[in-house]
This record gives sequence, C-alpha cells and structure tokens, in this order.
Amino acid sequence: MKSMTDLLAPNGSHENWIPLMQVAAREVFELMLGCKLTVPETVNDTALEVTSMVGLAGQLCGVLSVRCDEKTATLMTSKMLGVSVDTVGPEAQDALGEICNMVAGNFKNKIAGLGDGCMLSPPTVITGTDYDLHSLADSPGLELRLLFEGMPLNITLQIHS
Amino acid sequence: MDSVRALIVDDSSVMRKIVERCLRQAGVDLKQVLEAGNGAEALSVLQGSAVDLILCDINMPVMDGLEFVKQLSGVANAKGVPVVMITTEGSEAHVVQAISCGAKGYIRKPFTAEQVKEHVIPVLAGKS
Repeated sequence: MKSMTDLLAPNGSHENWIPLMQVAAREVFELMLGCKLTVPETVNDTALEVTSMVGLAGQLCGVLSVRCDEKTATLMTSKMLGVSVDTVGPEAQDALGEICNMVAGNFKNKIAGLGDGCMLSPPTVITGTDYDLHSLADSPGLELRLLFEGMPLNITLQIHS
Repeated sequence: MDSVRALIVDDSSVMRKIVERCLRQAGVDLKQVLEAGNGAEALSVLQGSAVDLILCDINMPVMDGLEFVKQLSGVANAKGVPVVMITTEGSEAHVVQAISCGAKGYIRKPFTAEQVKEHVIPVLAGKS
C-alpha cells in the first residue's frame, strides 16, 4: 500500500491512481459478481445511460462514477444476486449503486492513510444521457474504460483538490 | 449448529440478499431472516423480535451502523447477540471503532461467501 503523497505525480496529477482504480474495480467484480473485467482494444463512445455516483469527502474530495447501459446493469445485477436476467427489476439501480460504493471504498482503502480521512456518500443513480454534471472538481478526471462481459463500463474519478 | 435467526442491516436491498445467500452458502441454518435499511429500523425490528446474529453495514442514512451497535446495549432482545460489521469502510481505525462499540467481527466489502463463513461461524460458536 502506498501513501497518498507517494502516489501523486510530480506535476500534481493523479495519473498514478489509475492502476489502483483498476485493481479496485477488478476485485469488486471478481469477488461479488464472479466476473473478470477486461480492457477494450478499441474505445467506442457509445451512450451509457445508467450512471452511479459516490461522493468522496475529507482528505480526498471528488466524485467516483460508474457508467454502463441498462442491459449491462441488468446483467451485473443478475450476477450479483445469482438470478436470471429475466427476473431483474428495479433493483438494478440499487446494485449499480452498491458496485460504485464498493469500487470507491476499495479504491480509497488502497491508499495508506486515506481510509480514515475520506468519507463516502450514499450512492446516487441517474438514468438517461441528457444531463450535464457540474462538479467542483478542479483537476482533469481519471477515466478507466473497461469491458464487463464484452460490454462497455466506464469508471471515472473527478478530484477536487 | 442450531437454527439461527439473523437480522441483516444494510441500506441496499441487493446487499441484504447477497449477505443472506452468503450465510446459507457458509452453512448457517437460517430459521428466520429479518431485514432493516438502517440502524433506526433495526432497533425497531428488535423491539418485536429476538435474533441470534446481526450483520450490519456502517454507512447508512438515518442511523449508521456504529451508532446502532452502541444503542444495542439498551435493547433486551439484543443482549449477548453477536454483531458482525460488513462495510466498505476498511481502515484499521474503523475496525477498532467498531470493535470498541461492541462488534464481534468485521468483514470488508467486497467479500466472498468464504470470508463470511470465516468471520461468522466462530462468532456464532462463541469463539470470537
């Protein structure tokens, strides 16, 4: 485990955190869903209409979000609950919120000293793509583009220093 | 092991179902499963029902898990009932705080059924 200071790049960016975000996400999907996330060979900007967000406050302030489409959210829920996709209903939003919460928590727990000094908000889930998000983040966001069962899954961390 | 009445406290209904499934996979014979979405709801549930085991999240609206565990000492139906925290809050400080509040075990999310077994079975057997 490395400290928050150790992981800051010389230019003050947080690019060194991307591998930690990826490990945090992979662990959540492997342990809770029994699935491996993969890295896409090419990046497509497809519309992802389900967004889950968790706020971070304290030593690290920002927003971690997980975005996917509805079909992906339904499949994630079925994997989490061990049920058929046909039986998944509105609990898909709850499931995506919990995934986002676990990725955020797992990420902050990988940075020494941050676990105690950084609190998480309850997750918020937005459906639809026609919205603008205005956050107080004042540094470029970190973005991970991954595939869950071949379907796109984007994880972003926007940081307010 | 005798049949167990469990109370699962988490603001996510999906997570409550996952915890119940993990308990069954861990070999816990569940006689009854009660659920609550936060600490205040859980205290209300305990007014009318006795349980043998409580699994509780920390970050919840209305009343968080640590406050809930603190208040358990005044609840007759919770006397001697072991509490295991299941939470994303994984720092040592949180673990120490939970144990000092009265929790008997601590599981970090994400988790596996095997980890639930490792933490819950000794607690039910009175070994933790």
